[in-house]
Amino acid sequence: MNEEIIISGRDIPHIDPHLNIWHWPIPSYLFLGGLAAGILFFASLYTILGKEKELPTAVKWASFVAPFALMLGLFFLFIDLKHQWYFWRLYLTLRIESPMSWGAWVLLAITPLSMIWAAGYLSELIPSWDWKLGILKRFEQWIQGHRKLLAWAMILLSVILGIYTGILLSAFNARPLWNTALLGPLFLVSGLSTGAATILWMSRNEAERKLFTRIDILLISIELFFIVHLFMGFLAGPAVQLESAALFLGGEFTLPFWGLVVLMGLALPALLELLELKGWKIPAALPAMLILLGGLAFRIIMVEAGEMTRYLY
Amino acid sequence: MRYAMAIDTKKCVGCSDCVVACQIENNVPTGYCRDWVTETVYGSYPQLELELRSERCNHCDNAPCVRCCPTGASHIVEGGVVLVEASKCIGCGACIESCPYDARFSHPDGYVDKCTFCIHRVRKGLEPACVAACPTKCMYFGDLDDPSSDISKMLKNRKYKVLAPEAGTKPQVYYLI
Repeated sequence: MNEEIIISGRDIPHIDPHLNIWHWPIPSYLFLGGLAAGILFFASLYTILGKEKELPTAVKWASFVAPFALMLGLFFLFIDLKHQWYFWRLYLTLRIESPMSWGAWVLLAITPLSMIWAAGYLSELIPSWDWKLGILKRFEQWIQGHRKLLAWAMILLSVILGIYTGILLSAFNARPLWNTALLGPLFLVSGLSTGAATILWMSRNEAERKLFTRIDILLISIELFFIVHLFMGFLAGPAVQLESAALFLGGEFTLPFWGLVVLMGLALPALLELLELKGWKIPAALPAMLILLGGLAFRIIMVEAGEMTRYLY
Repeated sequence: MRYAMAIDTKKCVGCSDCVVACQIENNVPTGYCRDWVTETVYGSYPQLELELRSERCNHCDNAPCVRCCPTGASHIVEGGVVLVEASKCIGCGACIESCPYDARFSHPDGYVDKCTFCIHRVRKGLEPACVAACPTKCMYFGDLDDPSSDISKMLKNRKYKVLAPEAGTKPQVYYLI
């Protein structure tokens, strides 16, 4: 048995007794980023496939959520910075090795793009809407004429954004729980699922709801498959990853993770959606809300638990 | 040139003079430290072995903190020394997350701070403050590329280890065992 203690005394804020430098704004941002990525992915996908008429919520109405989610997410990112008024330094360089650097640039591109996208549908949402200025009216016409082009840019950026929310964490070799390449795809699928759940919640169109119920069940299945593989990877890994997995397999995150995320946030909504497809009357808000809360809980738990995993002491 | 530090765990008495010397030299804010002393007890009674180590930033050859920094505030200067430029640091915490040694912290002024190997002293031909203050002379600082340096000789003649080699960062603080 080894006993290791710091005898010179060390009680540095947010470092001791274990790392806790990222607080609630970071998982909240990861959730909002994933949600926006999901919504924008489906909006651009069905625009490219020419389904604007059949799927109005996915293409038009849900996309109004995305710019607000992104702006709120960016605000959360900003308030978590400790040297805030130097944030512009992010935009004086592009460092390809740093996920946070290219993530910042992707956000700088996709946030205005999501605003432009929604703005193009504003006069359809509010028939009495008037842009007043001629230049804005011409810009609206340009947007409406170039939706396919915008959709191609947005689908690419939304996939990068969705993956980035996971890669941001997986790039840290020092935190064994995060250091797995599976985290990028897992966060992307989870983000797409929260996006699909939002569309499902907002949609009043029977055929659209059926389609997104099916999509969501598929995404949840992939997510569960990834989660099983995540733990299989840990259990076949080095000691530090075995210790990371132990936090979820008997440790302090066992109940929050398997109860809140897997059971309440994935399995139960998938079951409710399956029953809905079988003809049961289930309010769309219920599975959607469970998926959104599960997605948020997943990110909070992954960030909190990951910061507790380490190599030393 | 490759600056490194070797610390003789057989000579260290755990007095923490290195910690205080650093705090004074670098004006480290109260409640924070750039170096610290750990005590490890190996084995079970009555076969026990005690090891004392003065720890700090390992100025890794494969530095994850420099790689993940989104602004380039974390950078490498002469001799492989890893530094943080406060005016470029946004305080995002990525480098703190990336360090397997938890050697970095968020300075009360917002930017990230850590051991600099006292590069401001080294540039003047002085030793780092911790090395200069050590009463048992258990710490050696120097250039690994120079075979006649004290540190090169120590690492040639003694057994040594580094902390968490499995993290793969190629740390440059060596512990003589």
